[in-house]
Amino acid sequence: MITTAVQEREHYLNESYGIKSWLLTKDHKRIALLYLFTVTLFFFLGGAFATMIRIELLTPRGNFVSNDTYNKLFTMHGVAMIFFFLIPSIPATLGNFFLPMMIGARDLAFPRINLLSWYLLVIGGLFALFAMLAGGVDTGWTFYTPYSTTYSNSWVIATALGIFVAGFSSILTGLNFIVTVHRMRAPGMTWSRLPLFVWSNYATALIQVLGTPVLAVTIILLFCERVFHIGIFDPALGGDPVLFQHLFWFYSHPAVYIMVLPAMGVISELVSVFSRKRVFGYHFVAYASMAIAVLGFLVWGHHLFVATQSVYAGLVFSFLSYFVAVPSAIKVFNWTATLYKGSISFATPMLYAFGFIGLFTIGGLTGLFLAALGFDVHVTDTYFVVAHFHYIMVGGTIMAYMGGLHYWWPKITGRMYPEGWAKLSALVVFLGFNLTFFPQFILGYMGMPRRYHVYPDEFQVLHVLSTAGASVLAVGYLMPMIYFVWSLKYGAIAPANPWGASGLEWKTQSPPPLHNFDETPVVTEEAYDYSTVIGEEVQIG
Amino acid sequence: MASEMQLPAHEESLALREQFDTAAQQKDASTLGMWIFLITEIMFFGGLFLAYTVYRSMYPGVFAVASTSINVYWGAANTVVLLTSSLTMVLAVRAAQLGQKRLIVLFLILTLILGGVFLGVKAKEWYDKYEEHHIPGPAFHLEGLNPDNVVSQGHAQLFFSLYFAMTGLHAFHMVIGAGLLLYLIFEARKGRYTAEYNTPVDLIGLYWHFVDIIWIFLFPLLYLIDRHLGK
Repeated sequence: MITTAVQEREHYLNESYGIKSWLLTKDHKRIALLYLFTVTLFFFLGGAFATMIRIELLTPRGNFVSNDTYNKLFTMHGVAMIFFFLIPSIPATLGNFFLPMMIGARDLAFPRINLLSWYLLVIGGLFALFAMLAGGVDTGWTFYTPYSTTYSNSWVIATALGIFVAGFSSILTGLNFIVTVHRMRAPGMTWSRLPLFVWSNYATALIQVLGTPVLAVTIILLFCERVFHIGIFDPALGGDPVLFQHLFWFYSHPAVYIMVLPAMGVISELVSVFSRKRVFGYHFVAYASMAIAVLGFLVWGHHLFVATQSVYAGLVFSFLSYFVAVPSAIKVFNWTATLYKGSISFATPMLYAFGFIGLFTIGGLTGLFLAALGFDVHVTDTYFVVAHFHYIMVGGTIMAYMGGLHYWWPKITGRMYPEGWAKLSALVVFLGFNLTFFPQFILGYMGMPRRYHVYPDEFQVLHVLSTAGASVLAVGYLMPMIYFVWSLKYGAIAPANPWGASGLEWKTQSPPPLHNFDETPVVTEEAYDYSTVIGEEVQIG
Repeated sequence: MASEMQLPAHEESLALREQFDTAAQQKDASTLGMWIFLITEIMFFGGLFLAYTVYRSMYPGVFAVASTSINVYWGAANTVVLLTSSLTMVLAVRAAQLGQKRLIVLFLILTLILGGVFLGVKAKEWYDKYEEHHIPGPAFHLEGLNPDNVVSQGHAQLFFSLYFAMTGLHAFHMVIGAGLLLYLIFEARKGRYTAEYNTPVDLIGLYWHFVDIIWIFLFPLLYLIDRHLGK
């Protein structure tokens, strides 16, 4: 013990040991790792469902699974990926770990509530897992009434309760982030010096806090309707099934921004660090996050263009859906302008950032197609929509999540990942992604409906391409899984600041000590000032 | 570590947690946290208020008739009880700020009793509804509808579904509030709350007032519809 103490400094990972020191921890960094572990499990679970969907779609006939099973597969893929992976992914892992560090705080404002929110996610996840193992659920992740309340014979209630409980996890994370950003900033860390990752997580937290309770009460009503038949969504008693859709999308459209805003925050960090330039139009990017959070609440009606909504309402929602694209576009232009005359390095996180910018742009532009009333009617419930939101969620959010994981991996673990393999994986993910989802735009435009597994023969070529792409994508996601674990033992020792980044999280040792900083930092400069920092050499061995 | 050296010596008595630098910062953070929590509660109830608004505007006549079958006097009495409980809660908060231990306990117990009275009256009202076959379901029947057919009986059920969902969710919050009051009473008896440290009394007070305000909206919306229409 005496001999190792010479080279091993105390940090949050070796400060205490044992299962209790993790399951009862109040350290935001350890809780972030608990989240990382949990959401990774759900990512691979959701991925397994996706794999089965893609295998089924290889042939035009339903000859791998039955109709019922197929319905369950796409439902459980959606539930696992959206509620238990994408929503918690960046905020609860990277946000949890780095938001307090970036503002120079010792922890979040409410560490015990932070731990509670992880337990809520786990309990919600167990409900959902139980439903999946007991026989699955087949309503689609949207739980539309009256199918979900009256006709479905699958595990609707167990799944919905799981989402209900996990929703409180999301609410509490948001609450914690808002209070932390308001009350825990280090001396000198003014609002206009906040890193953009903090701004975007703050905006996300506002949506989590304002939107998720509406989903919660909607699930309660769904529960009451299914169990007691109280009539609230039942036309037989004068209730309106479309009211469910309004309530559901009032949360679930802003939820798209819960998934993508933190990703934009990651990209702002990556683009700046690897161009060694301050983010162009810092204030515009920061306020664009807030604008997205606000406008995101006003566009839910574009999910109801063909669901008895009046034409007038359709026009308003169409206009607002165009409008919400403006702040997103501001961000894309500003990232691009940041690159201009920057000193660009093509490290793995930057490759993911480039992937994000391109794919998010395609996802966003096709979103504008869908916001146009006439075109939307043509492609409603087709693979065009499926391709669009996978470009946003997989091409956007997961790209940024992977980029962020690589970028902050040295800080989290104290080890470098293998750069060569990582670059290869970024490339494989990018190619696999496009091969998987680009054909789906064409399929959808030609009329392939979503949620069907029997289709006309002429669609088969595109479906085979998509399935082939999914296999490549799976390889791209498995590679980091392997080399990240490998790097924990064999990776090069990471210095405090391998990238020459300027954020406070890089001004402390890797991995950070229990309370993040040896003494509370005092901030004297704006974010992304690279005039005084240089990257440290990685020591090999 | 250096950060721990800044902590005051009597850490336990002030209950200053290690992530905060000062007691004022901790109190600010807790208060903001509670306000944000109450905002989530508004959104939570908001879904029900929306459903109520939609169906009341769709079926105004049936809703008015259904509303008259609830006893407005019990509702009004309960409103008085709940407002009085808010008064005693404020007095408890004031006593906590002045560090008057015995008065804190006294006013908290009064608040708890008034909350209990409210829940008792509510239970009686629900039981009346059960006796009158006003619980949505196969046995549901409401007198006095014109025309009295299956369709308007359905709409009337919708009113009572909303009535039970809204008052039920409100009562659930009252029960949580009662649990929190019990906790405060136990802690206050131990002398936990002083003029320097009384944040829990303050914040649970905020929660209690919030639940109170929800009722202030529920009472006219559910009990006084007929009177709104100017009859």
